[in-house]
Amino acid sequence: MATLHTVNKSPFERNALESCLRLAKAGSSVLLFEDGVIGAMRDTRFSEKITQAMGDFSFYVLGPDIKARGLSNDKVIDGIQVVDYNGFVDLTTEHDTVQSWL
Amino acid sequence: MENGEGVVKKFCYINRKAPYGTIYALESLEVVLIAAAFDQDISLVFADDGIYQLTKGQDTDGIGMKNFSKTYTALGDYDIKKVYVEKESLEERGLSAEDLQALKYEDEDDDWAEKDSLFVVGREELAKIIDEQDVILSF
Repeated sequence: MATLHTVNKSPFERNALESCLRLAKAGSSVLLFEDGVIGAMRDTRFSEKITQAMGDFSFYVLGPDIKARGLSNDKVIDGIQVVDYNGFVDLTTEHDTVQSWL
Repeated sequence: MENGEGVVKKFCYINRKAPYGTIYALESLEVVLIAAAFDQDISLVFADDGIYQLTKGQDTDGIGMKNFSKTYTALGDYDIKKVYVEKESLEERGLSAEDLQALKYEDEDDDWAEKDSLFVVGREELAKIIDEQDVILSF
């Protein structure tokens, strides 16, 4: 029963991403979107935490939200897959449940 | 106010949120542009996730929202010449001044020479700037 966890808040602003990583079961997927894409960026205070969590989770990030904030896909941490809205829909259908960390 | 010259106060707008995810960035910009009409001494501060408001190359086509980032480059025309970005906020996000838009104004006292209005400042200097203000508005 794989779960898709979604995080739409910046890790600098809220602790939603940290709570998600702490409480999500290994084998789950994590999608970062809206201000949550900041958590997918390389060289931030949180990058190391994401890299460490990659053994347990598959990470995805929504491309259009990266571009809107003037960030680019080359700045995404290696191993996080960039998806578009269709990819977002696919992820929701491929998982049994969706957990939104607000 | 009778002689047309009102009291000039130091106004500071502190912006600490990323654009688009919440309405704070756009609302702040609207308020700043309105307030600019009142000839006050205005400073803008961008710290924490607020620095993402000033990144260059923002492209909102994919999220169906209005891209208001170009408006920041017009601040100089509204006589807003002091935009401060906290250096440490950039650093802990893996960004530098090169990732931000250039903000300029034309100096009327120097034959309209184009000058920088964006200053990357350290935490201590920023604390001093904020402490000198008469009015602070937080977004």
